[in-house]
Amino acid sequence: MSDTKHHPNRLGLWGWLGGGRWGMERYLYALHRVTGLGLLAYFLLHIVVTSSRAFGADRWKTAMDAVTGPLFKFGEYLVFVAFAFHAANGIRLALLELGFAVGEPIEPVYPYRTSVHVQRPLAIGALALAAVLVAIGTASMWLVD
Amino acid sequence: MSEMSKVTYRIRRYDPNRDTAPHYETYTIDYTPGLTVLEGLWLIKETLAPDLVWRASCRMGVCGSCGMLINGMARLACNTQISDLGTDQLVLAPLPNFNIIRDLVPDLMPMLSTHQDLHPYVVRDDVAEQEEPTGEYYQSIHDLEQYLQFSYCIKCGCCMAACPTVATDPTYAGPMPLGQVQRYNTDTRDGGFEVRKEAIAGERGPWRCHYAGECSRVCPKGVDPAKAIQLLKRQMVLDVFGLRAKKCPSKLVGKPKDAKRRNGIPEAPKPTV
Repeated sequence: MSDTKHHPNRLGLWGWLGGGRWGMERYLYALHRVTGLGLLAYFLLHIVVTSSRAFGADRWKTAMDAVTGPLFKFGEYLVFVAFAFHAANGIRLALLELGFAVGEPIEPVYPYRTSVHVQRPLAIGALALAAVLVAIGTASMWLVD
Repeated sequence: MSEMSKVTYRIRRYDPNRDTAPHYETYTIDYTPGLTVLEGLWLIKETLAPDLVWRASCRMGVCGSCGMLINGMARLACNTQISDLGTDQLVLAPLPNFNIIRDLVPDLMPMLSTHQDLHPYVVRDDVAEQEEPTGEYYQSIHDLEQYLQFSYCIKCGCCMAACPTVATDPTYAGPMPLGQVQRYNTDTRDGGFEVRKEAIAGERGPWRCHYAGECSRVCPKGVDPAKAIQLLKRQMVLDVFGLRAKKCPSKLVGKPKDAKRRNGIPEAPKPTV
């Protein structure tokens, strides 16, 4: 069988978001990964910028000038939104991955009620928590001086 | 849908001896109420495309052979009613995340090999007892319910096709094999937790799962692999802290000594395996 000329059919990154009719949790999965990578990129940039202080006051001032302005403020806002989602959804994932909120094994009787249904309120709660954090952050960054 | 008279199949086809890449071909057949996707495929093969290839056997959602991507969702063709799809336009493709052997036939061997690697059977020290049983291993109804759901897996591969981690990570074992790890770990007759723990260590293990939940959503048998994997993780964490309940393997219950055979009940035939 392995000698047959098979055609590769792995979805790759398309499998995170596209390629099918998926449920809400799949999009949370993809968004969690994307926001995680975004936060990682921010942390790396943060280290590069703050380490400029080690090369003197002039380099520090140059670095600070480079990261001010409305574009970077909006970028920081996106970082905060990503943090809010990643943190709230991370709590949900930590609970799920420790076996909470998925339910006990049951006799599967059609129509099947799976752990996806059991944990759905937790997913909605995590999104609500993220929304509250974003609202607070929005008020703090854009509305309150 | 009651007025539907025709149904169109758009099928992703690939013949390794003829094609360099998969392509879609379209077929239109008459619709009759109760027609399943699999029966439609047979009709196409009989009347329009005799070289169309797929895998099927039982026609009743038991063998797990006819898993395919039907209108963007991994399903069994045999227990998918066309009327349930809400359209007369069907798009069929082989299960993703498996190489294509031909047309709608995926190569399930990587999944089955991984499954085999993870010791999907009752592991015990008393090999002689298993070869020549003198009794039965004790198991209560409650014990049975802890793994029964996961034992309904038919290895169709739908969960693997739907898993986004499998889509990007070929080293990850996937929901089917890991679900079966939990199935046997939870079986009170089994004592193989440690060997399976070694087998799923590292990249292939359950910690690559971050609960997209698709495996459970598409499972045609309600096995809920996502639940099994999360419960497996819990057991592994408890094991690290020495808190895992070690009630395996269960004791042997011998044959009742005072029981008498009723009149007219013949002796059981001798084991053939």
